[in-house]
Amino acid sequence: MKLITAIIKPFKLDDVRKALVDLGIEGMTVTEVKGFGRQKGHTEVYRGAEYEVNFIPKIQIDIVIKDEILDSATSAIVESAKTDKVGDGKIFVFDVTSAIRIRTGEVDAEAL
Amino acid sequence: MLKKLLFLVIGFSSVTYAMTEPANAAAEDTVYVFNTLLFLIGGFLVMWMAAGFAMLEAGMVRSKSVAMQCTKNISLYAIAGIAFWVLGYNLMYDGVDGGFFGSFTAFSVPDPSADAGDYSAASDWFFQMVFCATTASIVSGTLAERIKLIPFLIFVVLLCGVIYPIQGAWQWGGGFLSELGFSDFAGSTIVHSTGGWAALMGALILGARAGRYVDGKVTAMPGSSMPLATLGTFILWLGWFGFNGGSQLALGSLEDASSVSKIFMNTNLAAAGGVVTAIILTQILYKKVDLTMCLNGALAGLVSITAEPLMPSPLSAIIIGGIGGVIVVFAVPMLDKLKIDDVVGAIPVHLLAGIWGTLVVPWSNPDTSLITQFIGVISIGLFVSAISAVVWFVLKSTIGIRVSEEAEQVGIDKAELGMEAYPDFTK
Repeated sequence: MKLITAIIKPFKLDDVRKALVDLGIEGMTVTEVKGFGRQKGHTEVYRGAEYEVNFIPKIQIDIVIKDEILDSATSAIVESAKTDKVGDGKIFVFDVTSAIRIRTGEVDAEAL
Repeated sequence: MLKKLLFLVIGFSSVTYAMTEPANAAAEDTVYVFNTLLFLIGGFLVMWMAAGFAMLEAGMVRSKSVAMQCTKNISLYAIAGIAFWVLGYNLMYDGVDGGFFGSFTAFSVPDPSADAGDYSAASDWFFQMVFCATTASIVSGTLAERIKLIPFLIFVVLLCGVIYPIQGAWQWGGGFLSELGFSDFAGSTIVHSTGGWAALMGALILGARAGRYVDGKVTAMPGSSMPLATLGTFILWLGWFGFNGGSQLALGSLEDASSVSKIFMNTNLAAAGGVVTAIILTQILYKKVDLTMCLNGALAGLVSITAEPLMPSPLSAIIIGGIGGVIVVFAVPMLDKLKIDDVVGAIPVHLLAGIWGTLVVPWSNPDTSLITQFIGVISIGLFVSAISAVVWFVLKSTIGIRVSEEAEQVGIDKAELGMEAYPDFTK
């Protein structure tokens, strides 16, 4: 099992969700997050005073999947979240040692 | 009921008749009714400006100061009304006779014998009272987010009971400025600059918000709600038709009705001019239009035309208001350079555009002169600034005017009121 953590542009959430559901993903967790990347944020002007926006709002998606669909899941996220402009985000993949469904006690693949 | 209706019909028909006859053909009662009606309609429109200021200020402060800003606005409006009834009105209007102030006859308004004139005495009191309250509203915006509630309200009592009425007596009460030939139709100087001077003195003595000016840099503190600030500005714009239109002080003749209508037109055009120049200038200077500057631009346009809303041509009104917008766009960052923290932009809008509006009166009104306009601006400015500075200093050295830095960081809503404007919002 793998955990995919993807940081994406907020307005791309619906597209990414649709692409993953089409792949047969059963569930996902979404978090509103803020952060910066290589651009280090940007500046705005308010009433003549320039100010820095150091942390830009993003959406973080967490999904746990079976190993065999890892490549198709990551490429689905890449294709659906891409705008070709800076700030499209990143995808991280982690190994998952176990999973348990709380209601039934099912474990690992059955719990996903 | 029928009698009243009949009276109205007669009233209207005499007005129609007067189209071909001299304007004084209207029945005496009709004149009284229409003049009083103008005071009442103008008055409640200006009263509604208190709501406009409340919403503009609520939108321009950070969300941790919104409940306090609303508290200050409802309190100052109530206190202004009482102070102007107890002392202010007679100090401003009763027996000034070319002098410097009226009578200290407390608790005696309205004088029943005054009803015998061309309008109801109570309608005049109400109309003048809401102007006085407007002056106090101007001060609260500048000093937002760091001034304590009680000393602010004490200042409002003195502003509305004494400071505003005395300088108002000089002109509108028939005092020495009106004898000199000074002209301030609806109060660019008497209402707006007076509020602006009081606010400026407060801002200097109170100091900037914590963290506002650090290492020579300005920290932007974006307001909590642009929709509220916009609604507040629209409410003020609406109220201004009462402010300027009502200041014709009469609606009982064809000439007056025509003047009030011209004033509405010029008032609207001047505000529009202020917005348009703010759009153009912020786009050029900052590459993006700044909404809050556009809102300030509308108000600066309105303040600029307030000293003379009747005489300018429509094009002149747009230019006068448009220059008000220019003043805002350049004065807001200039005040920041001087480290004068004016949260809502009241000093550029009310003080500077008020001075501009007063000085430009001779351009369209040949009965005035730049010199007397200048004397009016300077004498009222010196008086209001001096007295305000003394009051702020006394308050500062006795009960203190500023909340603690910790209270400011936590937010004045929680620290002073134990309340939040938006308790359900996630931080």
